[in-house]
Amino acid sequence: MQKDNNKIINKLAKSDYKYGFYTDIETDRAPKGLTEDTIRFIWEKKKEPDFMLDFRLKAFRHWQKMAEPTWAHVKYKPIDYQDITYYAAPHKKPQYENLDQVDPDLLETFNKLGIPLEEQKQLAGVAVDAVMDSVSVATTYKKSLAEKGIIFSSFSEALQDHPDLVEKYMATVVPYTDNFFAALNSAVFSDGSFVYIPKGVHCPMELSTYFRINAANTGQFERTLIVAEEGSYVSYLEGCTAPMRSENQLHAAIVEIIAHKNAEVKYSTVQNWYPGDKQGSGGVYNFVTKRGICKEKNAKISWTQVETGSAVTWKYPSLILKGDNTTGEFFSVAVTNNMQQADTGTKMIHLGKNSRSTIISKGISAGNSNNSYRGLVKMSGQATNSRNFSQCDSLLLGDKSGAHTFPYIDVANKSSIVEHEATTSKISEDQLFYSLQRGIDMENAIGLIVNGYAKDVLKKLPMEFAVEAQKLLSISLEGSVG
Amino acid sequence: MPESNNISNQPEVFKNTLTELFENNYDQIMENSSGKIKSLRQKAFGIFKKNGFPGKKTENWRFTDLNHLFRNDFIIDFETKSQKVDISNIFTCDVYDLDTYCVTLINGWFAYNNSPLTKLKNGTIIGSLYKAMEIYPEIVEKYLGSIAKLNEPGFVPLNTAFMQDGLFIYVPDNVKVEKPVQVINIVDSQKPVFLQPRNLIITGKNSNLTLIHCDHTLTHNISFTNTVSEVIVDQNGYVDHYKVQNKGRNSSLITSLFFKQEKGSKLFNNAITLNGGFTRNQVDLLINGENCSANLNGLYLMDNNQHVDNQVFVDHKAFESLSNQLYKGILDDQASGVFSGKVLVRRDSQKSQAFQNNKNILLKDDAKVNTQPFLEIYADDVKCSHGATVGQLDPNAMFYLRSRGLSERTARQLLMYAFAGEVVNKISVEPLRENIIKLVEKRLKGELSICDQCILSCNSREPKFIQNIVD
Repeated sequence: MQKDNNKIINKLAKSDYKYGFYTDIETDRAPKGLTEDTIRFIWEKKKEPDFMLDFRLKAFRHWQKMAEPTWAHVKYKPIDYQDITYYAAPHKKPQYENLDQVDPDLLETFNKLGIPLEEQKQLAGVAVDAVMDSVSVATTYKKSLAEKGIIFSSFSEALQDHPDLVEKYMATVVPYTDNFFAALNSAVFSDGSFVYIPKGVHCPMELSTYFRINAANTGQFERTLIVAEEGSYVSYLEGCTAPMRSENQLHAAIVEIIAHKNAEVKYSTVQNWYPGDKQGSGGVYNFVTKRGICKEKNAKISWTQVETGSAVTWKYPSLILKGDNTTGEFFSVAVTNNMQQADTGTKMIHLGKNSRSTIISKGISAGNSNNSYRGLVKMSGQATNSRNFSQCDSLLLGDKSGAHTFPYIDVANKSSIVEHEATTSKISEDQLFYSLQRGIDMENAIGLIVNGYAKDVLKKLPMEFAVEAQKLLSISLEGSVG
Repeated sequence: MPESNNISNQPEVFKNTLTELFENNYDQIMENSSGKIKSLRQKAFGIFKKNGFPGKKTENWRFTDLNHLFRNDFIIDFETKSQKVDISNIFTCDVYDLDTYCVTLINGWFAYNNSPLTKLKNGTIIGSLYKAMEIYPEIVEKYLGSIAKLNEPGFVPLNTAFMQDGLFIYVPDNVKVEKPVQVINIVDSQKPVFLQPRNLIITGKNSNLTLIHCDHTLTHNISFTNTVSEVIVDQNGYVDHYKVQNKGRNSSLITSLFFKQEKGSKLFNNAITLNGGFTRNQVDLLINGENCSANLNGLYLMDNNQHVDNQVFVDHKAFESLSNQLYKGILDDQASGVFSGKVLVRRDSQKSQAFQNNKNILLKDDAKVNTQPFLEIYADDVKCSHGATVGQLDPNAMFYLRSRGLSERTARQLLMYAFAGEVVNKISVEPLRENIIKLVEKRLKGELSICDQCILSCNSREPKFIQNIVD
């Protein structure tokens, strides 16, 4: 492992941001700005069912009445919502049976990203639904999933093929009235993923989607909907890298997860949008609403996230534990460096009896960055015998960085137990000294200690992701040693 | 829906009444204020007029509803002056055997035996703030309003505009005040009063002061006290501050306590809330010099539909300082508790240590607690931690005690008492500790609150009281 780390750090020390390149693919764009016409344009372009136009317009009208929230511990230049292109699609939408038919440019993009589709297909057993500029262009393994009755497709395809399912579940966890960015997403979202696991089906492979922001000036608004029927299981991965750009890009996604009786959903994500340069110019604004509901008894949802990218991150993957005996988990590593800002955490809303939740959050801030954990644990009056354990630690590297913890704990019954603990400290001098006197240089020693510190969370990731995540941690902290 | 409109208008109406009162009684309020204090009041009044009262949308007030307060027709009396009263006729303190300099505030006004302002042999001045404004304007001007924050909506600006009297203590440099100073803050009125007492406590370099602040009500009438205290601890000073609150369920109390510590100073603050219909204790500490240490402890024991809100803010502005917060609460019946602790470690406040702990026990399903232990840290070489727990009495411990033959009631009390003990045992003034232990014991047995609930109001523990102070 140590050897790996060394190699990785050396390799990456030479490049600033490996994933900063730009692929020239013709896109079909909506004119800049946001009006009801833009929404009709998107709806028409995507040939969506009628209920979608109604939904989008309602969301848009509601959004117009809302004010952008300011309570998060982040600062950024005001966003001009009329200066964003709300729809950009690859020119044609090809339907591929195999990889040979895929646009070679696209394949090249993926190769640069280090995710060769073929290899992944065979070695990892991962079905990849690659989202390129909001429209999904390649879906693999679809057939073998279809045999089990699993639906894993882009959101637009789902709207064509299974409108009833989408209509039934969409916006039931995150209504368009939820918050400013959720309303915006509901009005203009272009694509995303849809997963449906039928009753009693154990999904045989990890489902994975790679997101990329591609065309300049395109805000990407994705929407993911995962429905796990009674007794089913699915593990879903989402990872993202973005090309280097100088102007800020807005990313306002929605993820909704619905787990029925005895179902289990594991959602993992590695987020590495472009964080901006060392002076803090450029970079992605990542304002995401993620929420899952354990609807009936014994359901379980688990969020695992590794956050290394974005100039500004503002997201709280949340869980509503509605059924009795439900379980919620949140594991997070958030790294900020240079001028990055992150305000992230979770909400655990306990409504069912005997519900359990665990929160492990590890924040690492270096350079001039600010990293905040903000979380809510709410035990309602009915959630008797419920249990929560939260641990959120912060590690500070460098005297210009900031680490903040804002936990909210609301308990309204006597039989629930809530425990919260948090520590903030700098990297241990003893550990550093030990590593140094064993001949490990400073940068590697820090990489090692940080990886050890984040181990609790990293080990929750699926194997392929764990490797990538470790690389990312080391890259993100490059140059932070003073 | 006119009704809901009325409710939301309530703070606005109350605010307007207060602004009118201020404007109509301007001369009376400004009576012995010097120019500097006049302009401070005017500034505060301007802020209050602009911001009004905090609502549920104000972050620090999310869990504390004020609307019920604004429905009462409070009166503010600008006339009453510091008065000559023999305190022993009115009130016997629950803390006996304690040798103290005892002073009393009745309805916000200083009550005295001989003189409103006493100067001890060692130079310490204890007395009425109203009088101090007249006699020691240079000291009052220098410190009054120097650390109380006016920029937050609500009660601090209101108090600053309306303040007339309160406690004034000045300890010169190198003086150790041997006996603790005890302030008894009594509300005794037949009418619903709205009080604005203001306390100013200054301890000089290398000085020592122990201050015990007791809040009591003598009647079961509605009252609303909005206290602001400023405590300045100069270099290498030592202040031991206690706040014991045992008030009737119709009383509402908002206390804003501001501390400023200079280099090398030590501070202990203990807030013990035994009873009170509606209590909010705000502690705001500014650590302005290095090598300071501060211990902020709190205990709240609430039942019925009492509400307690503890807000703690510690600002580490200098390096190598230590702050330690420990707040514990037991909530019974429909009581609700709020703890919000915030630690800010500023950039370059290296080697700071800040710890925060909040533990709560809920005894009934209708009891509620909201806790927010916040850390905001901008320096890397620090050690900070916080913890918060909400739970119930440990069933294993209960079982153990029951298996040793203790009744369920006794076992419960023993466990609760042990839980509270962690805070109470930190009290360093021994007779005070003994007495507070007794009070807590009494409180946990339910004896203290019995009087407050009883309609007969026979006042078994409140022997005599004089009426018509305000009338």
